[in-house]
Amino acid sequence: MSSTSPQPVRFGVVVFPGSNCDADAHHALSTFPCATVDYLWHKDTDLKGVQAVVLPGGFSYGDYLRCGAIARFSPIMQAVKDFAADGGLVMGICNGFQTLTEAGLLPGALIRNTGLKFVCRYVNLRVENAQTPFTRACAEGDVLRIVVKHNEGNYTVDPETLAAMKANGQVVLRYCDADGVPGDAANPNGAVEHIAGVCNETRNVFGMMPHPENSVEAALAGGADGRRLFQSIIDTLSGAEVTS
Amino acid sequence: MTRHADLAAAQALGLTAEEFEKICEIQGGEPTYVELAIYSLMWSEHCSYKHSRPVLGRFPTTGPRILQGPGENAGVIDVGDGWAVAMKVESHNHPSAVEPFQGAATGVGGIVRDIFTMGARPCVSLDSLRFGELTEPRQRFLLDGVVGGIAHYGNCLGIPTVGGEIYFEPSYEGNCLVNAMCAGLLRADDIVRAVAAGVGNHVVLIGSKTGRDGIGGASVLASQEFDETLEEKRPSVQVGDPFTEKKLIEACLELLNEHHVVSMQDLGAAGLTSSSSEMASKGFVGLDIHADRVPLREADMEPWEIMISESQERMLAIVEPAKLATVQSICDRWDLDCTVIGEVTDTKMLRIHWHGEVVGDIPARRLADESPVVRTPSAKPAYIVDDPVTVDDASYPQPDDLGAALTQLLAAPNIASKRWAWEQYDYIVQANTVQIPGADAAVLRIKGTPRGIAFANDCNGRHCYLDPYRGAKAAVAEAARNLSCAGALPVAVTDCLNFGNPEKGEIYWQFEQAVEGIAEACEALDTPVVSGNVSFYNESFGQAIYPTPMIGMLGVYDDVSLHVDGAFKNEGDVIVMLGPAEAFVDGSEYQKVHYGRVEGRVPDLDLALEARLQAALRAAISRRLLKSAHDCAEGGLAVALAESAIASGATGGAQWSDPETPKPAAEGRWLGADVAIGAAGRPDLALFGEAPSRVVVTCAPADLDAVRALAGDLPFTVLGVVTGATLRCTMGDEELLALPVSELHRVYESLPERLA
Repeated sequence: MSSTSPQPVRFGVVVFPGSNCDADAHHALSTFPCATVDYLWHKDTDLKGVQAVVLPGGFSYGDYLRCGAIARFSPIMQAVKDFAADGGLVMGICNGFQTLTEAGLLPGALIRNTGLKFVCRYVNLRVENAQTPFTRACAEGDVLRIVVKHNEGNYTVDPETLAAMKANGQVVLRYCDADGVPGDAANPNGAVEHIAGVCNETRNVFGMMPHPENSVEAALAGGADGRRLFQSIIDTLSGAEVTS
Repeated sequence: MTRHADLAAAQALGLTAEEFEKICEIQGGEPTYVELAIYSLMWSEHCSYKHSRPVLGRFPTTGPRILQGPGENAGVIDVGDGWAVAMKVESHNHPSAVEPFQGAATGVGGIVRDIFTMGARPCVSLDSLRFGELTEPRQRFLLDGVVGGIAHYGNCLGIPTVGGEIYFEPSYEGNCLVNAMCAGLLRADDIVRAVAAGVGNHVVLIGSKTGRDGIGGASVLASQEFDETLEEKRPSVQVGDPFTEKKLIEACLELLNEHHVVSMQDLGAAGLTSSSSEMASKGFVGLDIHADRVPLREADMEPWEIMISESQERMLAIVEPAKLATVQSICDRWDLDCTVIGEVTDTKMLRIHWHGEVVGDIPARRLADESPVVRTPSAKPAYIVDDPVTVDDASYPQPDDLGAALTQLLAAPNIASKRWAWEQYDYIVQANTVQIPGADAAVLRIKGTPRGIAFANDCNGRHCYLDPYRGAKAAVAEAARNLSCAGALPVAVTDCLNFGNPEKGEIYWQFEQAVEGIAEACEALDTPVVSGNVSFYNESFGQAIYPTPMIGMLGVYDDVSLHVDGAFKNEGDVIVMLGPAEAFVDGSEYQKVHYGRVEGRVPDLDLALEARLQAALRAAISRRLLKSAHDCAEGGLAVALAESAIASGATGGAQWSDPETPKPAAEGRWLGADVAIGAAGRPDLALFGEAPSRVVVTCAPADLDAVRALAGDLPFTVLGVVTGATLRCTMGDEELLALPVSELHRVYESLPERLA
């Protein structure tokens, strides 16, 4: 397992109006003894010195207009962009992922599920790249069981960008079966090449549709596989050795 | 000059001549139009419970755990360690029949407001739905719309929808039922009651602007039968804005939990009228409402329209002048309108002002207390029979292939998996879900404690149709049994009583009988009724729905790690049926699906036996003796076994701390069963017949004697063992059926593709 650092890692969870997994992200991070976590209000313009930013799931601004399309104009987002440009770690979950694509911090877009319905389901995720600050506590090929819950989780991106992303290791997570094989049957939303999570070129901004913050306690229905993603961030920021 | 209304105007609003006379007496002359509009709504069936009040007094409503019984926005139950649960169920049947998506969505919105108004954070939703048969295209449209509307609203709010039930019967064709239940957690010391107090305090309207949507929804929709004018009623259905409701939840809980407001009430049916008059009447004070100060969505609204609009996502708060600035700043933070529209007075009058003129002036308590009471003389319907069906091979020929009969039942919409519906609901948000949908009960933990809560919804409308007393009694018992199967102690009930037109003697008889059945069961099982809702007039073209008294029940755990689900866990575990072996065809799913009939009389239920059975179940679960427990309901023993087998391969529920208990079989790797049915009677009835007070459990062979000892003198039948991959039932030397569980699973999950 990873070592803990004497100085806890300081996380910030952004609260947009309509965020509804902000408290879950806060709670999930609170279960790590080596993390502290603060809320960051969408109308604020500074990040209060946090070391990593989480954009949580939910329905920011009701998802009116388009998921994440209004949230990206929130005052806090300029600070998030500056933070990311300086190499700060930013993780977007579900609506947070949608917001990061709308803000141009991640390539591609999230469109309506091919099933045309909201889907809440346990999925298996294959770790495609374990050399990111968000997955370093995993090994390539590991399978994580985490819940998805979204109506617009169908990741799409133009072929040229996708080719570049693949070449650069930016496809981080794919939907797969229990044995780690990606495929249509395991893909809950029709995402191109079964993509569930991607990072930017510099690998410090990461977005994923599934909800690791709902998979941090073995005693709950969601299981605990999501811990490894948060642990990766903590390991990265506390300078721990890679221990996968 | 304010115009006054006459009898013709009153009758146009649905009031009777006697009611109009009473209004004139209270008002000391003919009422103004604003006053008449207020009376017509407050005295409608939906708001006044005029037909049901005289009967509902039969319910037990108190107990050591009950902190708030009926009469508030929600009931409140002590669940330990200073925590309490507020819960209520409410119907949104009529709006959903007219416009399913928005009707269901606003049903969720309304019940959620009832919960957070008490100061509780809504933590779980459940929905009990009824439709006509899915062979009808309109029923599929209604189903899609209702499920979509619940998902749209509930998911956006971040409240997990963890349970519920869906049934299909021809009787619901013209009147679908949408019963939305919500529960919330609060500190027991922090209960807020919707009582206006403090003369001189501000009356503050928070949330959405007021428009013409939903005008008269309560009276137009919920207090009349449907006929060919259905389409015209669509403008009476409100449109929901879950984003605003989400902000309201956060702002209002901050206002309530930090004591910035004196009290709060949501604007539901009859809008500003009911919220202001109820708050005034409960507080023995008056309220001055300046209708011209209400922020409007559309210009030129009349004062009566403003008073009765059912625009959604609005709250009324009583605020001390010194705290107004704080309240306004919290609302500003959440970008919510917050407008002082009146003040608390000592007049005891609900007084409506409009640009300096008084347009309505009503004694608040008389409006609330002197609403009419109607008790229809009841008459036992002619279709009710006293005797069960006589089953013989001529009238009920035995099926040649019992395996095919089982798959036919598993494919029936009432039994088949509802995954296609609940996968549209976020059942995991808030990080408390221990047991996901598809099980007997929804189970959640209470963060920061070892405690947990569980919820179940139940009502078999077909049983209630054949015998409303027995059927309603069984609904309470089944809800409690479902909780006990999960290991939770049942503690309180909220009910949604859905019936036809109460002005008809036969409907009123069904209602009285059902209330009696619920009352007796709640007394015997020690589960008082803390809140609820009555929905009458569920009739179309004179055809009433099956009487459907839906029971929502709360269970509690001191230690939520002591819970089980219905899935088989290990090969070699012993399968036991607790409860009577004999089962009947009357009112069963088998009777409906295989024989196409609904007839007879459902068996009565022995409440003392039921209570002992559930106590034994909970005792065995709390000692970690049981691997699984599953209620034996629709489809009888064979379907219960099949469901436990199917669940063995569908991981998803948490397996708690016992390291000796392996995780459920991985997806696609099924456990089956090999069971022997007793040698007496018809095998098909033993497999598919139904009877109350029956549960199928499994335990390790080493624990069988301990389980048997806990069961005491309860009927106890060792059926067989958990095996790999096949469900096999025998009687004597004869094999009745043997089917691969993978095939049972395929059929069980096949409804969406069959409808596509």
